[in-house]
Amino acid sequence: MPTLSVASATTSRSVKDLRLGETGTICCLKDPEMALKLLEMGCIPGTQVTLSGRAPLGCPITLHVDGEYTLSLRVSEAATIMLKD
Amino acid sequence: MIGNPNSGKSSLFNQLTGLNQKVGNFPGVTVDRKTGVAQLTAHHRAEIVDLPGTYSLYPKSLDEKVITDLLYDRASSEYPDFVVVTADASNLKRNLLLFTQLADLQLPMVLALNMMDTAEQHGVQIDVAELQRQLGVPVIPMNARKGVGVTALKIVMAQELGAPGQTFYEPTDELLPMIRQIRYYFNLHNDYLALHYAHQYERLKFLSADDKAYIHELRQQYGFDSVALQAQETIDRYARISELLLDVVRVTRAEKNESYSNKIDRVLTHKVWGYLIFLSILFLLFQAIFAWAELPMDLIDQGVAWLGGQVKSLGKGPLIDLLSDGIIAGLGGVLMFIPQIALLFAFIAVLEESGYMARVTFMMDKIMRKFGLNGKSVVPLISGMACAVPAIMSARTIENWKDRIITIFVVPLMSCSARIPVYTVLVALVVPERTVLGIFNLQGVALMGLYLLGFVSAVLSAWALKTLLRAKERSFFIMEFPVYRWPRWKNVGLTIVEKVKAFVFQAGKIIVAISVLLWVLASYGPGDSLVQAEQQARTEAAQQQFTPEQTENLIAAHKLESSYAGVFGRSIEPVVRPLGFDWKVSIALLTSFAAREVFVGTISTIYSVGQDADMSTVQEKLRAEKDEFGQPFFTTARAASLLVFYVFAMQCVSTLATTYRETKGWTWPLLQLGYMSGLAYVMSLLVYQLLK
Repeated sequence: MPTLSVASATTSRSVKDLRLGETGTICCLKDPEMALKLLEMGCIPGTQVTLSGRAPLGCPITLHVDGEYTLSLRVSEAATIMLKD
Repeated sequence: MIGNPNSGKSSLFNQLTGLNQKVGNFPGVTVDRKTGVAQLTAHHRAEIVDLPGTYSLYPKSLDEKVITDLLYDRASSEYPDFVVVTADASNLKRNLLLFTQLADLQLPMVLALNMMDTAEQHGVQIDVAELQRQLGVPVIPMNARKGVGVTALKIVMAQELGAPGQTFYEPTDELLPMIRQIRYYFNLHNDYLALHYAHQYERLKFLSADDKAYIHELRQQYGFDSVALQAQETIDRYARISELLLDVVRVTRAEKNESYSNKIDRVLTHKVWGYLIFLSILFLLFQAIFAWAELPMDLIDQGVAWLGGQVKSLGKGPLIDLLSDGIIAGLGGVLMFIPQIALLFAFIAVLEESGYMARVTFMMDKIMRKFGLNGKSVVPLISGMACAVPAIMSARTIENWKDRIITIFVVPLMSCSARIPVYTVLVALVVPERTVLGIFNLQGVALMGLYLLGFVSAVLSAWALKTLLRAKERSFFIMEFPVYRWPRWKNVGLTIVEKVKAFVFQAGKIIVAISVLLWVLASYGPGDSLVQAEQQARTEAAQQQFTPEQTENLIAAHKLESSYAGVFGRSIEPVVRPLGFDWKVSIALLTSFAAREVFVGTISTIYSVGQDADMSTVQEKLRAEKDEFGQPFFTTARAASLLVFYVFAMQCVSTLATTYRETKGWTWPLLQLGYMSGLAYVMSLLVYQLLK
């Protein structure tokens, strides 16, 4: 399953590392079980996501997915979404 | 009726069924089953089952598992004739994922394309005719919140609906031999259903052990990798949906509404303002359940008392007493809670509907998680300070099983309003009314200390339970962050009606039953002991030349003492003696099991103050009470011990009944009872032995 494989050496950034307002493109999902939930919610490889907000204590965060809707998730969950360089 | 969370499913359900709704539960699981009857046309009525909101047919939570049990078993009486799929038009791609899965099961269906107005505001143009052609099922554009499109939907629902003509996903060729074997073994009508059997056989309740073993073996034989296949299926479906939507959806301008929501969020989830606003809302909520509910509660109380009086005036006898003091009083205990439940759920419904609740969860999650709770535990915990009954019911919004159980378990430790009369009487008894540090009233400080004690014990218990409980499901926080919307009053109203009904009819039965039982214990005694007690009291009163009223009070005290409750109170005296309590206090503890506020009434009876005495008379009586050495009985140690006991003890039938209803079993209410009573005992013991 190429789309689910562990990030290759060239991609080391995850959604966790996005700055506020920054947009990235999903490359792959690291945690297979969490991936199922994320995929259902529209976090498909190739989709653009924007970090739109952070809770006052830094976690959870909100992501704007594909210009369609806002998703909120914990930082630990965001760390499993790898971004394309 | 099935659809994504936030797709307006409840609004549509309310529009179709109005007040013709019933809440029960799905057989064997702890999930509410909401059904309603809709009058489609003059000749057609339909029974509609509202399924839990879900993003796909691969369940991630307990609630969602209900769906597979219902849709995969054709032999089940619950199996639907057709499904109404709701989808959010402004978020069509993600909403169609579930639709295509249902379509591939070849269920007869209609798509309710909801929130057309929001889509338009977002600049999303949808070619409904083209969408209908692409999907192969009727598509009804709607705005369920305003009732737009409901008539059209009803007309379509009254027709003979068919399954969509096409499929949206084809399992790969390598899987086909296995799928076909399952399909023929179980005599299924299509491949996709067989594939779901392969994925979910373990949790399908209608399959026998042999059936499961058969599928298990097939999976081994074909090297079936469920997780990878589900992931690939989702990716393939999204690809298919994106392609299909190319001809259907046109986005004309950048969306405005989203940034509008973002702007509100900059204030409402701000580091400082966010928490301040949340605190003010909590304060308002607390005020509402505490103060605004008081008047209607008093009215209900008076109404019930009046009714009891009317019944009593009909005559004398055990049946009249049972009816007035047992059943009607018990019923009063149930009806009393209605104002608080209604107010709390009015608040919660507005917070949920407007989208603010998601922000509360968002702001509080990190703090609450440290204690095994969840961002959504905040509202139940705070509401618990008014009353645990609606608070436990409000834990329903927590999807994660473990987080929800922990929340329900610790809520009764928060000091509720029923503890106030007990606190007031006892604090005033031993804490001098003095000002400390210039501004603080010492009695007030003591009262606050009791509230704090409750709160700290709730949080620590949650933390302890977190380490003990094993999670059945993985805790996700991945959730949709809804845009702000104005709440619909119809939805708010229906939520209130639903919650009140659930409480009155389900928890109410248990409360009335136990109240009657306690009444029997307090009004009957072994043999003719009550008659003797009355005679003895009369002789005593005559000797001391009591007034008729004093005599009545003395009789009541003696009667209670020789009743079964009194006998039982005396028999548990050795157990509570190390806590500093005597048999009189034990009787009060016993009767307070129905509800804590009964304490004051029982104490009044037992110290023969008379039922209608005010607080200060009760306090005087308690202060005058002497122990066997002629010293004041209620020493600081004794009163503190009793106070601590009331902080921790589970003395509320209504709460237990609510926990039973919400967890659908006796395990949790009994654990709660055991844990809290044990905690109360140990803490009281410590306090009394240390202060003595």
